[in-house]
Amino acid sequence: MTLLDLDPEVTGRARALAARAAEPVIELARAHTTVAVERATLRLAGITGADTTHRAGDVPWVNRVVDTIREQCGLEHGSVLPAFHALREHDLGSLTELAEATAAGQIQFAVPTGKDATQAAKAAKTAVAKGLRTVDRNRGQRDKLVAKLGDPPQRPWIYLIVATGDIDEDVVQACNAARAGADIIAVIRSTGQSLLDYVPEGATHHGFAGTYATQENFRIMRAALDDVSKEVGRYVRLTNYASGLCMPEIAVLAGLERLDMMLNDSMYGILFRDINPIRTFVDQRFSRQVHARAGIIINTGEDNYLTTADAVEAAHTVTVSQLLNERFAHEAGLPDELLGLGHAFEINPKVPDSFRMELAHALLARELFPDAPLKWMPPTKHMTGDVFNGYLLDGFFNLAGVLTGQSILLVGMMTEAVVTPFLSDRDLAIANVKYVLNAAGNLAEDFRPSPDGFIVKRAEQVLGEAVDLLERIVDDGLLKAIAEGTFGLMKRPADAGKGADGVIVKADGYVNPASELLEAGL
Amino acid sequence: MSDKKRYVRPYGDTTGDGMVQMSFTLPVPHGPRAEGAAQQLANKMGMDPAMVVHSHAIGADFTFVVVYGSVSHLVDLDAVKVVEREYPLLSPYEVNSTVKNSLGRKLVVVGACIGTDAHTVGIDAILNIKGFAGEKGLEYYRELRVVNLGAQVSVPELVKRARSEKADAVLVSQVVTQRDAHILNTQEMSAAFREAMGSTRPTLVAGGPRFDPLMAGELGVDRVFGRGTTPGEVASYLVHTISQKGVAA
Repeated sequence: MTLLDLDPEVTGRARALAARAAEPVIELARAHTTVAVERATLRLAGITGADTTHRAGDVPWVNRVVDTIREQCGLEHGSVLPAFHALREHDLGSLTELAEATAAGQIQFAVPTGKDATQAAKAAKTAVAKGLRTVDRNRGQRDKLVAKLGDPPQRPWIYLIVATGDIDEDVVQACNAARAGADIIAVIRSTGQSLLDYVPEGATHHGFAGTYATQENFRIMRAALDDVSKEVGRYVRLTNYASGLCMPEIAVLAGLERLDMMLNDSMYGILFRDINPIRTFVDQRFSRQVHARAGIIINTGEDNYLTTADAVEAAHTVTVSQLLNERFAHEAGLPDELLGLGHAFEINPKVPDSFRMELAHALLARELFPDAPLKWMPPTKHMTGDVFNGYLLDGFFNLAGVLTGQSILLVGMMTEAVVTPFLSDRDLAIANVKYVLNAAGNLAEDFRPSPDGFIVKRAEQVLGEAVDLLERIVDDGLLKAIAEGTFGLMKRPADAGKGADGVIVKADGYVNPASELLEAGL
Repeated sequence: MSDKKRYVRPYGDTTGDGMVQMSFTLPVPHGPRAEGAAQQLANKMGMDPAMVVHSHAIGADFTFVVVYGSVSHLVDLDAVKVVEREYPLLSPYEVNSTVKNSLGRKLVVVGACIGTDAHTVGIDAILNIKGFAGEKGLEYYRELRVVNLGAQVSVPELVKRARSEKADAVLVSQVVTQRDAHILNTQEMSAAFREAMGSTRPTLVAGGPRFDPLMAGELGVDRVFGRGTTPGEVASYLVHTISQKGVAA
């Protein structure tokens, strides 16, 4: 049953255009590797730990190895051939030992040929397959826990953020949030981690407005949430961020530590962090293949378009981005049920009929992507510090969420833009969501927008504008569109941006068992 | 009229009633003891009488309370001293239109972390479109052209780029403060600009959590921004400098 009665010809055309726009970029992603993809591959193959004696501070071993391989023989053939060849030549027991020897200057990397190459590729495949088996086991474990403890009893699932900078404090806040009703806990990262070209190591206690994403922090939080899941009688999901310069590595760490959702947008890093477009698309494809394998729901970042541009004028850019995110995700092997496409309640509340327009936009996303677990994000741009008005606005946001059947609801805070949420802010915010769910959770049954009414017409208009924009993108090429500032007003040329020097064209003999196994689903 | 009154109290529904409301959380389990504790705090804050009109448990160990009451304090309006910002805070729209009207071209901003400092958190918060504290960064402003050179930029390189980009303003960020590195680096930077460009040098702005806004003179820069500065404040300041300098279009 649909309320908007979207024209299947128009939606089909929108998807076909998105596929055409994405195609050249997917080809580009296949033709390149990046330092981050290589590091992610070696992490799957078992490398862990960091060089604590380096003068620049803790440098992850995987960075030492990949940087040295690049210096000595290039990464055009991938990192596993030189790494596993050196492992055998020097008769070393593990990649971590190889890293130590590399740091001591004892290893001279070279791309093996002939029989040596075959042997190195075989050993690498065995090691990577072992890492993927851990990812598979975690997926199985999640399924088992969900079967035993259950999913949240209601939709939308309630998504809450913690961000103290200290993983131990995060655990306290996350467990309390779960007890208060949160179904999903997201740990915000330290400001600027997206621009680090390495993943920090170990448990961390000093983040800036957030907590560093590290493998150990992931493990600590997942273990704490497993305990609290038993206590509250439902499986509490954990979210982090596979974005920025280490997107593929963080995706791997999420798979290894059983995270459940990851923020992972196709263009966010390019537009809002000035990361090189090609680097982003290559990293993104690999990270999404890992997420598909791990059964991780991705969350895309369309809310960001609406915080920079006007939410009415730019409504169609959200739809375009959702369609592109869907296409890139499908191509990387993610099914609809893992596509947490994003959208947000960001129309200026002073605009007449703003709530009706919010309903139109939210319904459009719902009906365009009927099987995706859509992520509905709260007002931030028009939260002014007037906490009373903010509480009301969040109530309307919650109502729009239940009325239009949203899947994941990021809980809005009335103190948005004032302070990091107090304990009581979070408690009041959850009370707001619970009131709306209890009072109007089934209102969708009675909600029938008039067939020629404002909501239906507005949704049609936005979809039409999205198709027009997609046509322009197909004509210009997606990279050119990005370079010319089509999205979020930012101009991002394909050859500029951070991390551009970490992009490498693959040679004919490029070997990456992770890519092979992930593509084949083996 | 009311502006002639020197002493005022908060207004609930009657002049002089002094009524205020506040809410807070105490780390005490919910119950009469928590409410009594809230009452005591309100009394100590000058509310008398104070009514705890609502309380509820947040988990097992905390209580949230809402308190209404009359404050005994008087406000002496003659004693109110307001620190005036030397420039008005403008919206992005106002920044853009001022630049467009007074400069007739884009205002060029070059940003960098200088010295060995690799912490781009500060400069990125101000420059990246993502921004900080709910405000978009300077890249978001149509009439500003932002060149972010990133981390570990040497002073000669910064001077060279500022010149070739025809920078109107140079922003440097310093987070690491070991052995006063942030002060020495910034002084080296300002000296280099003075030497290379003299009075034609761009506006120099230093920022970082350990800087005191009063240090501008000592550092040889035009303005210093400390902890918690938002992009909007920096943009407004840059616009202010145009009108001060009367830069030729």
